[in-house]
Amino acid sequence: MSLELRGITKTFGSFTANDEINLRVETGQIHAILGENGAGKSTLMNIVYGLLKADSGEIFVDEKVIDISDPSDALRAGIGMVHQHFMLIPVFTVAENIVLGHEKTGKFGALDIETARSAIREVSKDFGFEVDPDAIVETLPVGIQQKVEIIRALIYEAKVLILDEPTAVLTPQETDELLKTMRELKAKGTSIIFITHKLREVREVADQITIIRRGKVVGAVSPQTSEGELASLMVGRTVDLAPEKHKHKIGEPILVAKDLTVRNALGAAVVKKVNFHVNAGEVLAVAGVQGNGQSELARALINLEDHVEGSILLGGNEIRGKSIYDSLHAGIAFIPESRELDGLVGSFSIAENLILDLHDQTPYAKGITLSAGVVLAEAEKKVKEFDIRLQSVSDAVSTLSGGNKQKVVIARELSRPVKVLVASQPTRGLDVGSIEFVHERVLAERDAGRGVILFSTELDEVMALADRIAVMYRGEILDIVDSNVTREELGLLMAGVASKKASV
Amino acid sequence: MRNSLSKFGQAIKLPGLSFALAFTLTGFIIAFSDSKVLSKIGSPLEFIKSAGATAGNAYLALFQGSIFDINLTKGHNFFQGFYPLSETIVIATPLILTGLSVALAFKSGLFNIGAQGQFIFGAIGASYVGFHFQLPIVIHVIAAALAGMALASIWGGAVGLLKAKTGAHEVILTIMMNYIAGYFILWILKTSQFLRPGRIDPIAPEVNQSARLPLLAGANLRIHAGIFIALVAALFVWWLLTKTTIGYKFRAVGANGQAAKTAGISVPFVLTATMAICGALAGLGGAVQVLGSEHALNADIAGSFGFDAITVALLGRAQPLGTVFAALLFGALHAGGRTMQSNTGVPLDIVLVTQALIVLFIAAPTFVRFIFKLKKMSSSAGLTSKGWNG
Repeated sequence: MSLELRGITKTFGSFTANDEINLRVETGQIHAILGENGAGKSTLMNIVYGLLKADSGEIFVDEKVIDISDPSDALRAGIGMVHQHFMLIPVFTVAENIVLGHEKTGKFGALDIETARSAIREVSKDFGFEVDPDAIVETLPVGIQQKVEIIRALIYEAKVLILDEPTAVLTPQETDELLKTMRELKAKGTSIIFITHKLREVREVADQITIIRRGKVVGAVSPQTSEGELASLMVGRTVDLAPEKHKHKIGEPILVAKDLTVRNALGAAVVKKVNFHVNAGEVLAVAGVQGNGQSELARALINLEDHVEGSILLGGNEIRGKSIYDSLHAGIAFIPESRELDGLVGSFSIAENLILDLHDQTPYAKGITLSAGVVLAEAEKKVKEFDIRLQSVSDAVSTLSGGNKQKVVIARELSRPVKVLVASQPTRGLDVGSIEFVHERVLAERDAGRGVILFSTELDEVMALADRIAVMYRGEILDIVDSNVTREELGLLMAGVASKKASV
Repeated sequence: MRNSLSKFGQAIKLPGLSFALAFTLTGFIIAFSDSKVLSKIGSPLEFIKSAGATAGNAYLALFQGSIFDINLTKGHNFFQGFYPLSETIVIATPLILTGLSVALAFKSGLFNIGAQGQFIFGAIGASYVGFHFQLPIVIHVIAAALAGMALASIWGGAVGLLKAKTGAHEVILTIMMNYIAGYFILWILKTSQFLRPGRIDPIAPEVNQSARLPLLAGANLRIHAGIFIALVAALFVWWLLTKTTIGYKFRAVGANGQAAKTAGISVPFVLTATMAICGALAGLGGAVQVLGSEHALNADIAGSFGFDAITVALLGRAQPLGTVFAALLFGALHAGGRTMQSNTGVPLDIVLVTQALIVLFIAAPTFVRFIFKLKKMSSSAGLTSKGWNG
């Protein structure tokens, strides 16, 4: 089945999210749509899937115009979508989730689950999925949950499958498996629209690439195009994909963690007796598949976790058990994993967010009163220094884009005297331009002689920035390796296979 | 200036429209619950005329009972016509203070249901110092008010401390502590320390003259200096929230406690400090009620000031100025309701219906927007949406 979009335009107020977009997906083609956050990819796909209505333009399926005003129209036309955030009910089984919204009843109104079960088994067999129809969804790994979504689309006979940022939540191994699945689907004649901002995956799997920038199609290229070219098309200027790492002298250990154990509220150890150190002027990356204790370890370093044993020495002084305030002011800058949840107060202005940690210190406060003038003036300075794009520092921080929000967090955290920067997934969800900025900033801190502990699940990021790489698996640091390790070796470590060589 | 004016307009749009809607609806209820009106249902014209007259009379009585009544000026000076307005303000004064208590808690992300109990302790403290000690004028009032505030502040602060240390939910805590306060006052009024000599019903001695708040408009009107205390308190809350580092912490924890904690703000401090200040505010309400209008502690001293405070704070959108206006409105409804009942026979309960409708409409902004075909407003909607997750 082929899908063609002609002249799709969608505006929100004065903002044009999609501007005369033309796109053609051939039968059995993997068509990648590449673009930064906010470029209009999701808007476009929501129009195709019937969640939004286009202002103008037409959608053709097999050369015939169709009218899609809600998702059921899309499903009927053979268009299925797997959302970035899964639309599954965690406590239901796979089969129950799949019949959801299409429930058929048998005798006396009993739910007919058996049909769904056998359909799931059939599709699973066709594609070599190992999905148990009776498994409870929340007990399944993320990669399998995604397969459940794909199975659902296939059972409802999707001929065009939209995958919205499908690899954002996957491990490298799961990503490889997904790419394999996509090729199999393609071989069986399913067309796939693959939305992503990850260049490597696009080049690996796509047949055709359409690049969208600020709501417009700015390029239709083949997968042979180099990553650098793709990135500059996406951003609209040349981008430095591999930031230059200056050789320089690495200093003395500045933060040392000894036998650090973190327990959750139930008393189970989520970080188990880990030992590591970071030197001044060094980036120690902590890699690992999400959910292996990295988040808790990062939080424990500034005493955000409640149940921690062991020792954290910062410049020789024990900081474990101190208050969060004292830990931060002892010289740790902390970029939390979720900027919206932990980094910023959304309804506060940008200026107010910039002093979240320093609001009761001079020059921002005199006694117990805030000096509004100073707060604004300092905010203006920070905005210039960190190139935060905004209309006014008095606007709510929630009005900023993801990249600019992260800049606010970074600007704030680096405005204290810093010995060590702890950055937890600092580029998650950011566009290429902002990622570039964060990377430069991280390396700048390293070059200025600070220790950097970078928690990241992105292999590319880890390999580009790290001097040494610690790999976490099930709460333990499996190994700490040098940065010249190969992707494959890292991948194995992340999957829990300890390596003998390359240890430092 | 224009900007701040339009901002003000935005802020009162929803409460204003909810208010108008509630009044219109109440008008229908008044008309339809009147048997005289219903008997004319056969002829539409007569019916409408009669319904309009009934509702109109009820609202006229409401106005006469809350703002100004020309009949009262007969035989007195013109000023006496404002007796209803004085009553409105007398009722509004403690409501402003309890309303501020609830509003301030909202700003820290706390749902303070406990203004009632805090009010009671404020009243107890003020009453005891008021009748038990002999102190010079001015100093006595201040000492009595401070005693009430201190007691209530401990009572309220305990909630914050318990929440900070044990994670217990403040809604449960404050509701339970209201019960304790409610029975505590019944018990204490029976002790020899508090029971007025020669009485067996639960009432304490009157506070000394030196401990009473001065009347503002002569002996015929009940309006007293408490209104100024309430207004100063509103100003204080505004200053605390917008101009101080403490208020900054409160607002940060209220808007996103997790981010505030991550940035090093002590959440236990904020919880305890907020509830202690909230307690002091509601306690001041109790003190003012004793020292200004009641003069003697009795079992029913708190009335429903602590509970109406929740409605008042919601109606005032948890803003100090908004809370003042909302409390005045409630004062007017209560004062006018009595006159409405005696003049037109429309029961006082109808005022409660109006109050309930106002709150209902404010809690359902989408509905009001739908009725008036308004666009989505950017103002701080969702005030109550986080109450239970605390």
